[in-house]
Amino acid sequence: MLKVENVSKLFNPNTIDEKVALLNANLHLKQGDFVTIIGSNGAGKSTLMNIISGGIKQDLGKVIINGEDVTRYNEHERSKWIGRVFQDPMAGTAPRMTIEENLAIAYKRGLSRGLSFGVTSKTKVIFKEELSKLGIGLENRMSAQVGLLSGGERQALSLLMATFTKPKILLLDEHTAALDPSRADLVTELTEKIVRELNLTTLMVTHNMEQAIKLGNRLIMMDKGQIILQVDAERKPDLTVSKLLGEFEQISGKALSDDRVVLS
Amino acid sequence: MSTALIGAVESGLLYALMALGVFITYRILDFPDLTVDGSFTTGAAIATVLTISGIHPLLSLLCAFVGGGLAGLCTGLLHTKGKINGLLSGIIMMIALYSINLRIMGKPNLTLRNEANLFDLMPPLWFGLILVIIVKIALDLFFKTNLGLSLRATGDNKKMITSFGANTHLTTILGVSLSNALVAASGALIAFSTNQANNNMGVGMIVIGLASVIIGEAIFGRKTIVRTTLAVVFGIIIYRLIYAIALRIPGVDSMDMKLITAVIIILALIIPTINSSINSKKTSRKRAEEVVSGLLSKEVK
Repeated sequence: MLKVENVSKLFNPNTIDEKVALLNANLHLKQGDFVTIIGSNGAGKSTLMNIISGGIKQDLGKVIINGEDVTRYNEHERSKWIGRVFQDPMAGTAPRMTIEENLAIAYKRGLSRGLSFGVTSKTKVIFKEELSKLGIGLENRMSAQVGLLSGGERQALSLLMATFTKPKILLLDEHTAALDPSRADLVTELTEKIVRELNLTTLMVTHNMEQAIKLGNRLIMMDKGQIILQVDAERKPDLTVSKLLGEFEQISGKALSDDRVVLS
Repeated sequence: MSTALIGAVESGLLYALMALGVFITYRILDFPDLTVDGSFTTGAAIATVLTISGIHPLLSLLCAFVGGGLAGLCTGLLHTKGKINGLLSGIIMMIALYSINLRIMGKPNLTLRNEANLFDLMPPLWFGLILVIIVKIALDLFFKTNLGLSLRATGDNKKMITSFGANTHLTTILGVSLSNALVAASGALIAFSTNQANNNMGVGMIVIGLASVIIGEAIFGRKTIVRTTLAVVFGIIIYRLIYAIALRIPGVDSMDMKLITAVIIILALIIPTINSSINSKKTSRKRAEEVVSGLLSKEVK
């Protein structure tokens, strides 16, 4: 479904700030894989996500989605296949538009946008049904402006908007990191449920080790722009935090040092 | 006095298309487009030249609309494909249009006296009113279509709309073109109503457009698109009324026009800010009193 082949990316080439953000990264996701990514700051996790989505262009290597080489496609062209939820709850929705208008935009993912109305009585029924699946009462506030919602509500809405057209690939970039713990749990639960029900091929960056271990069927660890550890579907169920920390120390020769990593 | 007021309402309606155009770039696209000062004159120039050459005034008006759209297209291309800062691409087009407008007209002034006129068909007040109602409703409907929604989202959250597959370059270009087309049509209407076009008639137009958007929103709010477009139309009419009244103050004359405009827009910007800060002080003081007295009464118990 998703192939990342020998991808490398340099930031600020030929300056003293030159930094290898990704070094020959290879990743292969099969249909229905749910891969969590962990790693310290600057490991290249977000760069990898941005290269897959098309927000950043790699210097070397290829990205292949569903058998099609999309390396030369822009971000908006790739979004036909890719749903995304960002870390910032404000990033995934348009604040000065209503909930139903936001959903209408998401509903047209990858399709041409013409002069037919976005919100009609027909689409409203669909939107209402989808919103009620979130279970947080948004289905009764469909004409409210999204800017009035709380961070948790907005992130739940972003998640719904990113997924309800069943994209080939779902990218989650620390999408629960900016929420308070109870809201984060809610969004995590919704994520699990939606990914399972729609059988979405998912890539999720997280700083929470517990979450990375609990969610998904595979796990990868990144450091200094490289994928240093891949835990496959067979080994994933036996994984614990201490095992993971041990592995990291063994491979990289240092302790996992990142004050943002949540260990428990 | 009453003829002056009716005149103000009439010119307000003719300028309303320009204000709606500014509203599209400034509010919907969040793109401060200064092309307006040039494209307003472009519209007037095209309509005047075509009418003088014998083309029907209605068709001339339509050509002015298209011409303004082309000017906006250039600004949009400079900004998106040329990656030039939005403000700067507007300024570049504004200065380019200054010469282009002179080329269209052939000389700095053209008169429409003794020529056919759009307002031979219908008095300007009625023509303006009907046209503004049609354009306002058309815009309201457009911003509810899928294309219109993606245009609004472009100004609201670019990152989000890109992640759902809309090409923000296209939506920006479309919005800026539509905006300048309306501005040019407004310029043409003003040329017909004043019976002339001159190369300086667009100077300061962007400020008047912004003033009407700000005045309208301050008075009528901007909760929905339907309400905001109405607010903008009322905003320009109110601006013209204030302006007409200001000109009647003894000692003030048309030389002071731009200064009056500046004062009006300063007031429109400052008054809502002062109002809201007074209000928030009031509510926080009131709430603080409640909380403090509640805590004190608990202590007593």
